[in-house]
Amino acid sequence: MIKVKNPGLQTTVQDYGRIGYYDVGMPPSGAMDKYSYTVGNLLVGNDENAASLEITYMGPTLEFQQDAFIAVTGGEIPPKINGEAVPMWETHSIKAGDELSFDFVKKGARVYLAVAGGVDVPVIMDSRSTYTLCGVGGMEGRALQAGDELKIGNDKKQEVKEGTSLPEEYRLDFSGDNEIRVILGLCSYRLTEESKKRFFEREWSVTTEANRVGYRFKGERLHFVEREQPFGAGSNASNVVDLGYPIGSIQVPDGVEPIALLNDAVTGGGYVTICTIISTDLDKMAQVKTNEKVRFVSVDIEEALQARKEYRDTVEKVRQFVAQ
Amino acid sequence: MVPRYEYGGDEFIFVELAEEMSLEVNFQAMAITKQLKEDNVPGIVDICPSNASYMIRFKPEEIHPDDLISKLKELEKTVSLEGFEIKSRIVDMPILFEDPWTHETVMNNRDRHQDPNSTDLEYAARINGFDSKEDLIQAITDYPYIASMIGFVPGLPWCYQMVPREQQIEVPKYVRPRTFTSERAFGFGGAFAVIYPVQGAGGYQLFGTAAAPIFENEQRLHDFKDSMTFPRQGDLLRFRSITMDEYKKIRKEVEDGTFRYLIKEFTFTPQQVLENPKAFSDDVLGRLYA
Repeated sequence: MIKVKNPGLQTTVQDYGRIGYYDVGMPPSGAMDKYSYTVGNLLVGNDENAASLEITYMGPTLEFQQDAFIAVTGGEIPPKINGEAVPMWETHSIKAGDELSFDFVKKGARVYLAVAGGVDVPVIMDSRSTYTLCGVGGMEGRALQAGDELKIGNDKKQEVKEGTSLPEEYRLDFSGDNEIRVILGLCSYRLTEESKKRFFEREWSVTTEANRVGYRFKGERLHFVEREQPFGAGSNASNVVDLGYPIGSIQVPDGVEPIALLNDAVTGGGYVTICTIISTDLDKMAQVKTNEKVRFVSVDIEEALQARKEYRDTVEKVRQFVAQ
Repeated sequence: MVPRYEYGGDEFIFVELAEEMSLEVNFQAMAITKQLKEDNVPGIVDICPSNASYMIRFKPEEIHPDDLISKLKELEKTVSLEGFEIKSRIVDMPILFEDPWTHETVMNNRDRHQDPNSTDLEYAARINGFDSKEDLIQAITDYPYIASMIGFVPGLPWCYQMVPREQQIEVPKYVRPRTFTSERAFGFGGAFAVIYPVQGAGGYQLFGTAAAPIFENEQRLHDFKDSMTFPRQGDLLRFRSITMDEYKKIRKEVEDGTFRYLIKEFTFTPQQVLENPKAFSDDVLGRLYA
């Protein structure tokens, strides 16, 4: 058991996600930064869909009531065992009675705590991920609270030696700009050419509305091509006949502030969507904080598939490194 | 229009069959996605038919997006509504119009509305040319709706009334969306009626509250044994205006775990609807309450 002494700002149980129920309006939920989540599981020898804790901005204080192997990956929210700083991206052994806590966030927004065996909560619709909006999955459908006790599961495939430390090249790099790659499309025909251009030219700053549901950005108003609204759409120029929203799609209600829809977002609705964040860069988005600036970069499908291939190659290299 | 095939990043294809809503195009999206399901194409993760469009989630390692688009274009050419059967359910949906809960939300949000001086029902009645809000309620409840899309949050049905275009009710969404909508609120936006499964944000005009749930994560009620969500695409829903007494009675049954929807299984074809929507609707209501 792991006892929650302090839950942190928002700590939830997440795995790879609740995949395959989009048609009934069930979003996937799951870890927002899939790379860090996956690497965490690899570092403790877990099945790659084992559930971890996703920790946002401020970490929890957890008391381990049994011996365990753990790894902390993702943004820089430095972990401490019994008050002593321990490195991230490394396999640690933690003993019964030890306390895991976290320092203030230095870089990024989210870290993942992987525990060998995974966090065991009931599997709902093939997943342990928490979807708080509808109270589905995770710890009683909600974020962790003080007093919760988490069971450790059996989703372990192999032993990983204590002290296994991931080489620098496979860790997150926060040195560059926040460039988020997107594929323009969906209903982008609704934007004026000038607005399409401006969307990619300028920087957008992340507002306080930035969470698992989505990120809202401040910048400038975007404009739509004038038209007589089609039957059933509603009267605003940003309205369309309600349609499906891809995960990572960006919509612009009334042209005012773009919103990127993320893991717990609505699956459809009546606002114009203009582009979609490519799957690899959703991880990057998850590590961006309120008030930070991002720039959207337009790529084509082949570039997106290439980025995806490179991502998978990197995960494969980490897999091989850990298996050595 | 010529359908648009669009990449939704590297994991989705979005197909807009038409910009405007119609029963024809909704049936077309249903027929294409049904055929795609039956074809068991490898690499497909989700098939999501919607109102006048549909969306596919796929694994690009198993099927290249361009190959998937070719497959979908082929279906667009070959799939026809001839002989397409929709296995459906006719369901009685009890609604308490002008209920105290949505009324409170309506009054708290006048600053986000087109017309701060009337209620959503009064406003919708006026812009649709009805003499009174009672006439609007009558028009909403006289003819059944088809659940033309499921989504937004789990189980929310977009419902499109099976009447000719000139009889369709159409309303704008709120000028600025609300941050609060009560659970089971019955709303209207564009040409669609909806029931909000859970409490949350929303931008549709609010007319009432459904007595029975459409989402139940504990799956206690009989109609939720197989799924947390009740409505399915293609369901034929009749919104029935009820009194506060009946509302309370249904709420008690829901709490006791004894509530069951009045459901009649029914298979129909798009032609039946398109040839004579009024006759079809009368037939549906006849079967439901037979």
